[in-house]
Amino acid sequence: MQLQQAIQELITKMADDELVIGHRNSEWTGLGPVMEEDIAFSSMAQDKIGHAWALYRILHESFGGSDPDQFAFLRNAQDFRCCHFVEMPIGSYEFSLMRHFLFDHAETVRYQSLSGSSFTALQHLAGKVKGELKYHTLHADAWVIQLCTAGADSRQRMQSALDNCFQLAGGIFEPGEGEDLLIAEHIYPGEAALYQQWLNNISPVIEKAGLILPALTAPVYGGRKGQHTQYLQQLLEEMGEVFRLDPEATW
Amino acid sequence: MYGGGYIFDEPNRKQQREEQLHDDPVKLAAFEARIARGEKIEPGDWMPVEYRRQLIRLIEQHAHSEIIGALPEGTWITRAPGFKRKLALIAKVQDEVGHGQLLYNAAETLGKSREAMINDLLSGKSKYSNVFNYPAETWADVTVIGFLIDAAAIVNQVANSKGSYGPYCRALERICYEESFHLKQGHDAFIELATGTPAQKAMLQDALNRWWQPIMHFFGPPDKTSSHSEKLMQWKVKMASNDDMRNQFLDAYVPKIWELGLTLPDPLLKKNADTGKWEYSDPDWDLFFEVIKGNGPCNKERLDVRKWAEENGRWIRKALMREDEMERSALPVA
Repeated sequence: MQLQQAIQELITKMADDELVIGHRNSEWTGLGPVMEEDIAFSSMAQDKIGHAWALYRILHESFGGSDPDQFAFLRNAQDFRCCHFVEMPIGSYEFSLMRHFLFDHAETVRYQSLSGSSFTALQHLAGKVKGELKYHTLHADAWVIQLCTAGADSRQRMQSALDNCFQLAGGIFEPGEGEDLLIAEHIYPGEAALYQQWLNNISPVIEKAGLILPALTAPVYGGRKGQHTQYLQQLLEEMGEVFRLDPEATW
Repeated sequence: MYGGGYIFDEPNRKQQREEQLHDDPVKLAAFEARIARGEKIEPGDWMPVEYRRQLIRLIEQHAHSEIIGALPEGTWITRAPGFKRKLALIAKVQDEVGHGQLLYNAAETLGKSREAMINDLLSGKSKYSNVFNYPAETWADVTVIGFLIDAAAIVNQVANSKGSYGPYCRALERICYEESFHLKQGHDAFIELATGTPAQKAMLQDALNRWWQPIMHFFGPPDKTSSHSEKLMQWKVKMASNDDMRNQFLDAYVPKIWELGLTLPDPLLKKNADTGKWEYSDPDWDLFFEVIKGNGPCNKERLDVRKWAEENGRWIRKALMREDEMERSALPVA
């Protein structure tokens, strides 16, 4: 794999993760357990979708890829490179909160590393995104700790959510083809390094919350190769429902 | 958006009249003199029992309208076509929920907790704007809501922002500021369809036809049949009559709709050059009251969503509060 192609793969998987989790977070609109959480999830959804848009624009402008709207709204599941974790339906609030906690810490580690990337477009974007993610992880940490320390019932719910999420979260760090090249060219440090840093970052919060971190025995891989859950195609059909009525029209 | 122009009141006024008799006449006179001078009433100030009751009713129903109003558009966030529309719609709906939060806070200053207000919403005791009991069937509906229902709500909210209760007025000033952006994005999306492909135009015309009657209902029954209270006008709780607000809305927006080559499903709709007032067919007011009673196309669906959120979120709210706070907040206001 050529370096250019490897960079595009990296950007595509990051953008697809952000678009799909942003879409999922936006589904909490009107459903949040308190209005403040409705607003928080909406706000984070906007950030995620905004990041995806910015990444698709890099593909479009730096690599001659298709228009970001067309790329995002017309592809089918097998052309997406998101991990299974982001595809899962919103489920219960504790599942969505735990996903937000695990995913945003992973994002933080990724963008922190990219702020030193040799690929300038990503380096610039990472500088901006890092600042936003700080608030996402602050939000996640505060809620995880609050709910886990409010009594046995809520702690148990959060532990179950963590147990249900953890192997899926491991899929964020699925190794990709061409990764060695990206590491060698200082585009980013590679998934294994990000995973270690992520564990270092989440562990103190997990400990403070009184949760037990499961072992990562069977990370759910496949998304980066275009193999997905049934939920992704359903999500994409919904997302493209209006856009696909007439992809040439402006909306 | 979303303060419905019409605020539903329960018909039982007997108790209220009796309570009103107990207001200290000296304090009442001083209170009315303050309002006449244009002063704002603040939470700690003395106020008549009926003034407090009417304000709670008004602000609470406005708050409910914001959070229920987030639902018909909210269901289109996941289907919004393209990044620009998707981001604008999430931001807009988020603002509406934020307005609900501001308004519940304003109503709480009058002594009713948010939890109690939400309980009254879910039990059907407290109402919200009727317009949200209609379905948003296509993307064009979202643009009609974003443009015309927001516009109608702004007419109502700008009027109310000049009312007498300080916390409500201040909340409305901020809300109106944000609404002006919503109106721009709604207008922009509306124009995009109106000037788009034949299919887009047809989709918009269809949405407009379906929404016209709910929009005409929005400001409430005609003044000649509406039991509006002069006292509420004097106390600056109600700031404009239903017909005046409806006329103001028609004057500002019907020409904009017609200029785009769209039609409205009312052959009698025209501006009377002599009176400067708009003439129109009476919308079906029996239907309006049926929908208020809970028999509209989406009343059940809207409340079911809120009930789901309340039931599933209960353990979380409990984890955020101490047990005694939870119990206290569920008590009805004395």
